[in-house]
Amino acid sequence: MALLEVDNIRTAYGLSKVLFGISLTVEPGEVVALVGRNGVGKTTTMRSIMGLAPPQQGSVRWMDREITRLPVYHVAKLGIGYVPEDRRIFPELTVWENLDIARLPPIGGAKGDGWSEEQVFELFPDLKDIQSRKGGVLSGGQQQMLTIARSLMGNPKLLLLDEPSEGLAPIIVETLRDRIHLLKTGGLSIILAEQNLEFVLYLSDRIHILEKGAIQYTGTPADLRANPDIQSKYLTL
Amino acid sequence: MPPIEGKTMSMLANPTFLFYQFMNSISLGMNIFIIAAGLSLILGVLRVINFAHGAFFMVGAYVCWSTVTYLDGATGSFWLGVAAAAVVLGVVAFVIERGLLHYLYGREHLTQLLFTFAIVLVVGDLAKMIWGTDQYNVPYPHGLSGAVNFGFALYPAYPLLLCAIGVVVAVGMWLVLSKTRWGRIIRAATQDREMLSALGMNVPLVYTGVFVIGSALAGLGGALAAPRVAVSPGMDATIIIECFIVVIIGGLGSLWGSFLGALALGFVTMFGTVIFPDWELVLAYVLMLGILLWRPWGLFGVSEEESH
Repeated sequence: MALLEVDNIRTAYGLSKVLFGISLTVEPGEVVALVGRNGVGKTTTMRSIMGLAPPQQGSVRWMDREITRLPVYHVAKLGIGYVPEDRRIFPELTVWENLDIARLPPIGGAKGDGWSEEQVFELFPDLKDIQSRKGGVLSGGQQQMLTIARSLMGNPKLLLLDEPSEGLAPIIVETLRDRIHLLKTGGLSIILAEQNLEFVLYLSDRIHILEKGAIQYTGTPADLRANPDIQSKYLTL
Repeated sequence: MPPIEGKTMSMLANPTFLFYQFMNSISLGMNIFIIAAGLSLILGVLRVINFAHGAFFMVGAYVCWSTVTYLDGATGSFWLGVAAAAVVLGVVAFVIERGLLHYLYGREHLTQLLFTFAIVLVVGDLAKMIWGTDQYNVPYPHGLSGAVNFGFALYPAYPLLLCAIGVVVAVGMWLVLSKTRWGRIIRAATQDREMLSALGMNVPLVYTGVFVIGSALAGLGGALAAPRVAVSPGMDATIIIECFIVVIIGGLGSLWGSFLGALALGFVTMFGTVIFPDWELVLAYVLMLGILLWRPWGLFGVSEEESH
C-alpha cells in the first residue's frame, strides 16, 4: 500500500488554475522528485497535499485515509512535514525555539521516541553552536538546515521538500544533499521539488517532470540521464 | 505653548507634590498597561483591532462593583471581584471568539473592525440594561484605604499596590512569553501563522486562548481601576483611546513597548495637566505624534524594512 496517493488533483488560486490533474504516489522510504521550470505547479502540488491550498477536485489519501480537506495542522500531525521554498523560519525566535515549537510525538509512538534536539544537532552540527541566535539573522544555508531540522522535530513519515538547494552555495548544496540522503537511508519518504537536476538525480527513486500544471514525464534517474531530449524539452531554461 | 504660570512653578518646586505626581503617573501608567497589554497581545497574534477591549474593561469594573456590593463590602470581596471580572470577561471573550469572531479571520480588516465596533455597541447597551446609567464608586479594599509613609511623604496604599501589580503582570507575561513553550508558540503565531499550522499547531485554538487571556486582562484592569474612577457608562470610550495610544507608541504587539508607552502616557497625563492645563485633551496625542515622528513604528516596534 502506498504511503501517499494523490489522485487527479486540480487546484486553483481564485480564478487562476494551477494544477490540471496531478496524480502521484509515494511508497514508504521512497524519494519522489518533482522537477520543471518555475511556475509549473511544484509548490502548489505540495501545498495541496499539505492542505494549505486544498484542491478543488481530486483526492489526497495518506496511509489509506482521505486527508483532502483536513485542516493543515491535522495533516501535519498525521506525519507530513513541510519544508517550504522560502524556509519560513520564525525570525524573532531563536534556533532552539524554532525547533522546540515544532515538537510533535511520533505517530503511534510515545513522547520520548522521536527526534530530539540532540539528534537533530548530530545531523546538522552547524546548528548546535548557533542555538541561541535569532532565526532572522541566519545565513541562507543555516536557515535551510534549520527549516529541515524543524520539520524533523515533528517526526514526519513524509517530508515535502520544496527547492532546498535554491540560492545556496555549491558546497552547502553538497552538504545538504548528503544530509537528505542520510534521512532517506533512515527510511524517511520525501517529495522533493527541485530545479537542480544533479541534486535530483542523486537523491530520487522516481522523477516526475511537470509542465503547465500536469505531469508530462515519469522515469527513474537512469531513464532521465539516458534521455537528453526530455531534459532539454522540459528542464533547460 | 502658553507660558507656565507662577503658581504652577511653585507647585513644581514642591518636592512632596512632585513625588505625589510622580507616583500617580506610575500608578496610572501601570493601570493602563494591564489593559493595553491585553489589547497588544490580541493585536499581535490575531491581527484584529479590537475596539471592544474598552467595553470589556468597563464590564470588568461593573463586575467588581457588583461583587463588592453583593457581598456587602466584606473583607476580601474586592479581590473576589477582581478575580470574578477576569473570569467573566474570559468567558465572554470565549463565547464571542468561538461563536462569531472565529468566522471573520479570513475576511478583510474592515469587516473585523466593524464587528468589534458592533460588540462595543451591544456590550455598552447590555451594560446599561444590567447596571443602569448611575455612577458607582468602589471603595478601596480592606487594609489598603490608608497611606504608606515614605518618611518624606505619604502615599495612598492602593495606587502604590497598582504600581506593583503592573510590574508583576509585565514580568509575568514576559516570563510566560519567553520561557514557556506556550509563550514561544504565541510569539511564533505573531510571526507566521500559516507555517505554525504546517508544523502541526492548532492555530485557531491559539487564537481563542490569546483572545480569552487578552480580554481577561481588560477585565482585570477594569476591576483594578474601579476604586480610582467613577464606574459609569462611557468609561469604555476613554480607555480604548488611551490603550491604542499606548500600543501605537510602544510598537504593535511589543510587551515592553506597551509598558514604556503606558508609563509615558501616565507621566504626560499627570504632569501635563499641571503644567499645561489648557492642553490637557491634546497632550496624549502630542506624545503619540512626537514618538511616531521619531520612530514611525513605535518604541519597540520593527519597521517594515527591518522585518524583511
